[in-house]
Amino acid sequence: MNLNILAAVATGSPSGFAALWPTALVVVLAGLAIWALRLIPKTRLLRKIVNYTIFAAAGACFAIVLGALVIILGYLLWKGAHSLNWDFFTKIPVPPGMHGGGVANALVGSGELLLMATALGVPIGFLGAIYLAEYGGKKFPFLVRYATDLLNGVPSIVVGIFAYTVVVVPMKHFSALAGGVALGIMMIPIALRTTEEFLRSVPNSLREASLALGASKWRTTVTVVIPAAIHGIVGGIMLDLARVAGETAPLLFTSFGNEFWSHSITRPTAAVPLVIFEYATGPYADWHRQAWAAGFVLLISILIVNIIARSIMHLRYRPA
Amino acid sequence: MFKALRNGLLASIAAALVCTGMATTVNALTLTGAGSTFDNPIFTKWFYVYQQQHPNVQINYQSIGSGGGIEQITQGTVDFGASDGPMTNGQIKRFEKKRGCYILHLPVVIGGEVPIFNIPGVKTSLKFTGKVLANIYLGKITHWNNPEITRLNPGVNLPDADIVVVHRADGSGTTYCFTNYLSVVSPQWAKQVGYATSVNWPVGLGGKGSEGVTGIVQQTPDSIGYDELNYAIVNHITYGYVADKDGKFLHANLATVTKDAAKKAKHMPKDFRVSIVNASGPDCYPISTFSWMLVPTVWHDAAKEKAMVKFLHWMLTKGQKMNASLYYAPLPKNVREMELNAIKRIHVAQ
Amino acid sequence: MNPKTTVTVTTEPGGGNPTRFSSGRLHLGDRLLKSITWLSAASIIIITIWIAWQLFVFSAPSRHKFGWHFLLTKTWNPVSEHFGALPFIYGTIVTSVFALVIAIPLGVGAAIFLVEMAPRKVSGFLAFLIELLAAVPSVIYGLLGIFLLIPILRSAVVPALKHTLGFLPIFKGPFYGVSVFSAGIVLAIMIVPFIVSVTREVLLAVPREQREASLALGATHWETVWKVAIPIARRGIFGAGFLALARALGETMAVTMVIGNDPTIRASLFSPGYSIAAAIANEFTEAIGRMYIGALIELGLVLFGVTFIINGVARLLIFSTGGNGYES
Repeated sequence: MNLNILAAVATGSPSGFAALWPTALVVVLAGLAIWALRLIPKTRLLRKIVNYTIFAAAGACFAIVLGALVIILGYLLWKGAHSLNWDFFTKIPVPPGMHGGGVANALVGSGELLLMATALGVPIGFLGAIYLAEYGGKKFPFLVRYATDLLNGVPSIVVGIFAYTVVVVPMKHFSALAGGVALGIMMIPIALRTTEEFLRSVPNSLREASLALGASKWRTTVTVVIPAAIHGIVGGIMLDLARVAGETAPLLFTSFGNEFWSHSITRPTAAVPLVIFEYATGPYADWHRQAWAAGFVLLISILIVNIIARSIMHLRYRPA
Repeated sequence: MFKALRNGLLASIAAALVCTGMATTVNALTLTGAGSTFDNPIFTKWFYVYQQQHPNVQINYQSIGSGGGIEQITQGTVDFGASDGPMTNGQIKRFEKKRGCYILHLPVVIGGEVPIFNIPGVKTSLKFTGKVLANIYLGKITHWNNPEITRLNPGVNLPDADIVVVHRADGSGTTYCFTNYLSVVSPQWAKQVGYATSVNWPVGLGGKGSEGVTGIVQQTPDSIGYDELNYAIVNHITYGYVADKDGKFLHANLATVTKDAAKKAKHMPKDFRVSIVNASGPDCYPISTFSWMLVPTVWHDAAKEKAMVKFLHWMLTKGQKMNASLYYAPLPKNVREMELNAIKRIHVAQ
Repeated sequence: MNPKTTVTVTTEPGGGNPTRFSSGRLHLGDRLLKSITWLSAASIIIITIWIAWQLFVFSAPSRHKFGWHFLLTKTWNPVSEHFGALPFIYGTIVTSVFALVIAIPLGVGAAIFLVEMAPRKVSGFLAFLIELLAAVPSVIYGLLGIFLLIPILRSAVVPALKHTLGFLPIFKGPFYGVSVFSAGIVLAIMIVPFIVSVTREVLLAVPREQREASLALGATHWETVWKVAIPIARRGIFGAGFLALARALGETMAVTMVIGNDPTIRASLFSPGYSIAAAIANEFTEAIGRMYIGALIELGLVLFGVTFIINGVARLLIFSTGGNGYES
């Protein structure tokens, strides 16, 4: 079928919706067929066969999912590993056509942005979770949790636009600060959820023992409850960081990118995801190599942070 | 264990703050620019070389697209913009209203655009006319063996296959120039679609960036797309011939593109906003365009204004010599002289 | 004090009433902590409202010109400044639903394998590996989509589909690589780790006694899982589905690189399409003029609204099955 004819049909009539009814019919028929399966008598043998088949299928599902990961990592490694050299980590970019150069400013820029994001986002999530876990209530916590879920679901590009309207436009230029704000907002929901979960997992007996010994509530919370949960909280925050490290969209209209070293947080800065995006969608083979290499570095860093985070989380308080 | 972690974290935060603090004391003047992706390679080269020669001036350019350049310079979030399509009268009015001064369009390079295609079995460069290209992109010519195409390419075995049309998904000056050309050669295109950095394409797939378009074309049999000349040369992509105004088929290269620009530049308007597609004259490659730097006339930071003017001088004299190495055509002499004159309008607000 | 003190998670947070002391200094510390933490929690609500507000305000030119028709119009014409969101809404929904349809069975299947079949020692490690899929940046998914996935789809998967199910309108038409189909598959791979991880957790939380009782009654392993474990875990799986859906709706980079970026509505999954997030990413930096930018921001508002509704539905589902408002 010709794209052009399709286009004519699609723009002429109430479109693709109308043409979907045969599909809907097939889906309904298939559903009925599956439902009718339950009318088959269930012999022991049949049940055994079903058992093995389904578990084989489950194994296949797992193999597919794991296979996807192996392929991704393997491809990145294959394409990017031989672009990794000392220059890559220590030099700033050079113009296309010239060899050498690296993404040092992007690595530092990303580090700066993540530090800012942590400083802005984590306290809000952390402190907010303390309120939810230690003080409770009905309506207010409900609102807070709803807002947190909503914030978590906001697409990263919308957060970027928000940071653009709220930081870049009043300041009249792009800045690392705007990027930090955008990423910080994205860190809040997970910081809050992790902190709350681990605070709640601290047994009440600890709190009561502390109060019984004469400590006030705030002292109890700060010196007893939080340290008991700290491993899980720190681990969760590191996972949060790892997730946000790969975000590109919020940085497009905020930190903007920089070919040179950025000298202040009120100036634009380079960042690894931005560099990956620019180089991968650019014309030069040299850029592509660097994009793959940067992607590989990013993934490995996130992997390492994940491993560290999980080890920390497993060290959490266990009652004697 | 917890103590060690906490101390380690505090130490690294302290170190980071110190580094940032140290960095802010370095005395570099930064100019920021944004806009055309087409100019990105030559700008990157210019700014890099310029910074090597003038270590205390950093010019940070990000290629977010021509439309982005126009929007950000209007908002004032960057010091200069760059675009392959000149600002419309409406956009200029908006700029003047918002920023209270005039905007200079300073041509920096000339580029060309070429039709790229991928037909299995066809290794030669196909010949196209403007009308044929317009009809393909309008969806009126749908198969490769349509008589309008075979007539121009006798002896080439064109298959009876659907043409897969590819265009830019993101707004771009490349699109501006291409649709500008199509509007000039096809009245139907002008009426139905028009020209801009982003249009409502009648047919086709959208690729992100030039790389996206090229990627889709290279991966999809029987496809056609459009690309910047220097991009096609650097990546060894086969591109087609386009008929000039006199009907002669030209292969885009620096010479033909420069000829087209020089012809139109003879009547360069004072504000430099001119479309140079389809010049009449021998060997003038029809799909050519200037690319402009958008510079406000009034600046509020004296040091920045001085640096900008100095760079512009350098760009118009020494910088132009680097164009050819990246497959951009250098500006004709009379244009350069007009610009050196126009730069005098840049001054600091009182 | 509280009779539920032996349970680690209680509905009475913090162990009951604060300060019993009348000393002024202690009152101050407690009040301070409560206020600071309350402010932080409240600021989250404020930020969320602020985002919605900014989107609302900056989309004003477009909202005033098009009104509700924005949601129903099919044209997207920056030159004549006629904007309509329908193709993007369609593309967003179709790719996300398609991704869910693939990811949920795949994810639940993989989770069942991890919980029921894999040896305990490796199960955790394997689960961790799968969670790494969530850490791959979107841009990389986009690149791999173009260079790895689409050639495979074009040479093997799509011909097979056309051969078997080609009579269905959703599988008709030429396949050019970049398409709603490709975008859906890339999205599916991106959201699978969420489904695997949450499903695994809720399956692990099913009490042993329930499983053992079912097996004791003569059910096969699978029947136990299907009739006992999954119904108990169903709420969590729903939650996982919604989480995955929210991620899929907002996914930007990967989608824009493989979807074809064509704002037209077509029945076939093999045709190119466009999603809200992809449109914003492609056109925002280029957009000139308050109307164009306003229309793009209005798209962002639409996406925000959709997320809002989906979160509401998810919460209703969870509340209606007896949750206490706190769930992980």
